[in-house]
Amino acid sequence: MDVQAWTFLLVGLSFALYIGVAILSRASSTGEFYVAGKGVSPIANGLATAADWMSAASFIGMAGLIAFDGMDGSVYLMGWTGGYVLLALLLAPYLRKFGKFTVPDFIGDRYGSQAARLVAIICAIFVSFTYIAGQMKGVGVVFSRFLEVEIHWGVIIGMVLVFFYAVLGGMKGITYTQVAQYCVLIFAYTIPAVFLAFMVTGNPVPQLALGSTDEGGIGLLQKLDGMLTDLGFKNYTEYHKNTLDIVCITAALMLGTAGLPHVIIRFFTVKRVRDARSSAGWALLFIAVLYTTAPAIAVFARTNLLATVPGTAHVDQPGWFKTWEDVGLIKWNDLDGDGIVTHVGKSHPTMANELVIDKDIMVLANPEIAGLPDWVIALVAAGGLAAALSTAAGLLMVISSAVSHDLVKRTFRPNISERGELLAARIAASVAVICAGLLGIWPPGFVTQVVAFAFGLAASSFFPAILLGIFWKRFNVAGAVSGMLCGIIFTAAYIIWFKYFDPNRSIEGPNPNWWFGISPEGIGTLGMLLNFVVAIPVALLTPPPSREIQDLVEHIRTPA
Amino acid sequence: MCWILLLLSIWAFVSFGCGILLAPWLNNFTLPGTMYPLGFWFAQQGSIYIFVILIFVYVLLMNRLDRKYGVKEA
Repeated sequence: MDVQAWTFLLVGLSFALYIGVAILSRASSTGEFYVAGKGVSPIANGLATAADWMSAASFIGMAGLIAFDGMDGSVYLMGWTGGYVLLALLLAPYLRKFGKFTVPDFIGDRYGSQAARLVAIICAIFVSFTYIAGQMKGVGVVFSRFLEVEIHWGVIIGMVLVFFYAVLGGMKGITYTQVAQYCVLIFAYTIPAVFLAFMVTGNPVPQLALGSTDEGGIGLLQKLDGMLTDLGFKNYTEYHKNTLDIVCITAALMLGTAGLPHVIIRFFTVKRVRDARSSAGWALLFIAVLYTTAPAIAVFARTNLLATVPGTAHVDQPGWFKTWEDVGLIKWNDLDGDGIVTHVGKSHPTMANELVIDKDIMVLANPEIAGLPDWVIALVAAGGLAAALSTAAGLLMVISSAVSHDLVKRTFRPNISERGELLAARIAASVAVICAGLLGIWPPGFVTQVVAFAFGLAASSFFPAILLGIFWKRFNVAGAVSGMLCGIIFTAAYIIWFKYFDPNRSIEGPNPNWWFGISPEGIGTLGMLLNFVVAIPVALLTPPPSREIQDLVEHIRTPA
Repeated sequence: MCWILLLLSIWAFVSFGCGILLAPWLNNFTLPGTMYPLGFWFAQQGSIYIFVILIFVYVLLMNRLDRKYGVKEA
């Protein structure tokens, strides 16, 4: 069997599994549709949260980013895991105690304001659509590369599948398919890493292999550092970006993680407050399996690449080189006309670089680069699809509940019947699936940039509003709304200015006009500080919230 | 509340401290028994393990508090 046959088989089997699970867990009430009837066990919720969280970007993109950025890539590892500590200690148990369905629900009820609810609905929908476009595009890329299906057919197949279990099953269907998807994706991610770790070091555990030596007795990291500096690249194990920028990006990713509605909403699905606490722990444990494997994959991939590609004639390059060149993700420009692929860094004394590799292909190409068996390559394709689809489904849930619950039920038609609301939820989910698919087929050019925007927005708006809402009884609607607006406007203005208007926007690397050297990816941290600085004095200068709201905060904070 | 502040300071210390600010200095050492430069290990492996441990310690602490004050959930 060749790679393509294996891919059809494994992708087909995994899809059949998701559909089977979805049929077994259909939702029959709004409670089941929004929060899976609040009956999910902490471990199952941990698995589902992990699959929900780990998107196409984590699965396909992250190891490639780290492979090329080295130590600077640590911001993603720490940023996308550290947020769970904040979530577990400061937000999840209290929001679960509050006991409603959505994040705008909390904002609206805590601040007793429809305006605040509306701002939260708009933020939730915007953040979720931004994210979903990337997932659908990931689905399309995997299909087109591995199954030689046109990208738009790939997206349509993905849409039909998500439609099936999200619209029928709601949160209940999504939760249990995400559990299955976690198993597929983690298996697909770790198997190639285990193979590689064993081949290179004789130790099958990637996390241990990375810190050990090859058969020549040289440490893997030291060897890679040596190879890179010989070729004129920056070394791997040290930071090269400005420290303040590293701190700000890490913090923005952490705070953004803790404020993203599709993550928070998962903690509404468990039975008890104590389950919300422990499921955050399980979620991070399951996420950590992938996140601690990623640095190992990054090092294996970069080392293999440097060992095989540079200095080899173009005609002698392996098959994967040509396949990826055909799709335009590897670009070679024979500057010196010698037919040999030269791949060197900026500081190489004599040679110029001729090779540009798209960072996103590293995880997908890695098994081929290392010459692993065909079924492993196929498994990676199935895993990438699981990661993209599980995240897309979670985001669809946020959009559909924001529309049917927050907008229809809580804002415009409070008297709507249970059946009517469920129907509205299903219609909203269907429309959202179609919009997401369209965004995947014709992605707006700014998709990759808006991911920074999503985190910045979540960090500078939701995080402070939720945190102060829980821990400060005296905090009121004036403080919350003024803080959120200042945070969002500042963060958005900075990102938009430096992405589209600044005269130096197109230079690679740090822009000298950035404030204190902080890149747009990290500006959410300043936005959040600004939010606090504005919100607290405004709240102190305006009347405290009503007795009922203060009692509500008291209630959230008391155990049981 | 004290416990939460303690756990959060450990959280900040391992990530922003050991993983970023102190990393260049820690890179002069290797993690005992391995070839990992210590700063690199904190940034790409260690901080993540410690995050997981922090959450489970918090879970145990809170469950103990719940028992002490006789909090029972349905």
